[in-house]
Amino acid sequence: MNIAPLPVQPTPFLPPPLAIRLRSARLVYGGLALFDGLDLDVAGGCFTCLLGPSGIGKSSLLRLLAGLTAIGVSGELHGDDGLPLSGRVAWMAQQDLLLPWLNVLDNVLLGSRLRSERPDRRRALELLARVGLADAALARPKTLSGGMRQRAALARTLMEDRPVVLMDEPFSGLDALTRLRLQALAVELLAGRTVLLITHDPLEALRLGDHVLVMNGRPATLQNLPDLPGAPPRDPGDPAVQSAYRAILRRLEVVT
Amino acid sequence: MKAIAQGLLVLTGLLLAWQIIVVIGELPPYILPAPVAVAASLWNNAGSLLSHAGVTALEILVGMLLGTLLGSGTALTLGYSRRARRWLLPMLIASQAIPVFAIAPLLVLWLGYGLGSKIAMTVLIIYFPVTANFYDGLRHVPPGWLDLARVMLPQPQRWAVLRHIALPAALPALASGLRVAAAVAPIGAVLGEWVGASAGLGYLMLHANSRMQIDLMFAALLVLAMLAVGLYFAVDASLKWLLPWHTANPETAQND
Repeated sequence: MNIAPLPVQPTPFLPPPLAIRLRSARLVYGGLALFDGLDLDVAGGCFTCLLGPSGIGKSSLLRLLAGLTAIGVSGELHGDDGLPLSGRVAWMAQQDLLLPWLNVLDNVLLGSRLRSERPDRRRALELLARVGLADAALARPKTLSGGMRQRAALARTLMEDRPVVLMDEPFSGLDALTRLRLQALAVELLAGRTVLLITHDPLEALRLGDHVLVMNGRPATLQNLPDLPGAPPRDPGDPAVQSAYRAILRRLEVVT
Repeated sequence: MKAIAQGLLVLTGLLLAWQIIVVIGELPPYILPAPVAVAASLWNNAGSLLSHAGVTALEILVGMLLGTLLGSGTALTLGYSRRARRWLLPMLIASQAIPVFAIAPLLVLWLGYGLGSKIAMTVLIIYFPVTANFYDGLRHVPPGWLDLARVMLPQPQRWAVLRHIALPAALPALASGLRVAAAVAPIGAVLGEWVGASAGLGYLMLHANSRMQIDLMFAALLVLAMLAVGLYFAVDASLKWLLPWHTANPETAQND
C-alpha cells in the first residue's frame, strides 16, 4: 500500500476514524442469493469505493451498513471498536432527498430538528459556504440546479458529523462536468472520515478511492483492486487510472 | 385577461340563447323564467337572498371546519395505528355505501331544524374525501426521506418523523382532499335544508318552488352557485398560499 492516509484538513469537528467490519452478510431476493457469506472491511479514515454492476446487490449492502432494514438481508456488523454502527453513520443517496418545504439551511439542519437538538446555524452556514452555497442558504430546493441540490445534500451529510459516511451513487444523476467538480469537493470535505461510496462507474471509483473494491458474480464476491498511486481526486486521464480502468473492464468481461 | 373575456363571451351567449328560447318557445315564467326576470328577482329580493345565503355559508364553513378536523384526525389515527387500520378502515369504506341523502331525514329528526343537522350533513359529506386523501398522503411519503430520518435518528422516533417529515409531506394530499371538500360541502348544507329547515338558500328554493316563484328559485340557485364557486376558489387560493413549495414553479434553475 503506497497511499498514506489523506492529509486531513484541520477541522475541529472531525471524529476519530472508525473502521467497519461486516461478516457473513447474506441477501436473498426471490429465493436467489445475491450474496452469501460476504465479508467486508472498510478501512478507517479512508475513502473506499465499491464498484459493481447494477443489480448486484451493492445498494442493499450499503443499506445494511446504514442500518436500514431490507427484506432478506442479514449480516454481523460492527465498528473496529466492537460496538454497533448505529448513530455513527451518515447517509447520502443518489437522490438529494431535500425536503421541498424547507429552505436549504433548514434542510442542512434536518438532523438536529429530528433529534430535537438546538440547531447550530453558524456551523450549517459555514458548511454551506464550503460547498459553495452560501448565497443559496435561504432558497427553496426547487429553485436549485441538480448540482446545487447535491451540494446541499453533501452539506447536510457533513452536518451530521459522523465518523462513517455511506454514499449510494451520489453523483450518478449529474452531468459530467458537475460530477467532476462535486467528486473533488466530496474528497476534500470528507477527508479523514471513513467513506464507503458505491458506484457502477469504474472511472469514478478509480478517481475517488484510496481503496477500490469490485463486487461481481452471483452470488457476488468482493475483490480488492491494487491501490493506485497519488492521492484522490485523481485525474481521469492519469495513465495509472487509464490502465486500471482497462483492467477492470477486462475483469468485468466488458472487453477481452 | 383573455380567459376572462372568453368566459364573459360564452356567458353572454348562453344568456342570450336562454332569453331567445323563452321568447320564441313562449314558455310561461313558472316553467322557465327569462334571464331578465331572474335578474329582476335577484334585485328585488337581494336582502332576503343575502340573509339566507349567510345561513347557508355559515353551515358550510362550520361543516368544513369540523369535517376537516375529524377527517384529519381519522387519517392520522389510521396512518399511525395498525389496530385502527384493521378495525376502522373497513368500516369507513363500508359507511360510504350508505348515501348521505338517505340519512338526511334522520339527522333532522335527531338534531332538529336548526343549524346542527345541516352542519352534520356537511361534515358527513366531506369527511370521506378529507380522510381518504390525507391518509393516502401519509401512506405515500417518499421512502428515501424516511430512510434519511432513520439514519439520522439514533433510534426510531415516530413522532419526530411524523412532525418533521410525514406530516408536511402529506399536506399536499390533504389539500387535494380539501379542494374536493370545498366543492361538495354546499351539497351537504343544501341537502340538509331541503329535508327540513326554516332558513338557508335550500329552504328558500324549496319555498319558492312550491309557490311557483321560479324566478326567485333561479335567483337563489345563482347565489348558491356563486357561493360554491367562491368557496372553492378561496380554499384553492389559501392552500396555494399555505403550501408554496407544492405549486411554486422553479423561477430560475441556475446552472451549477
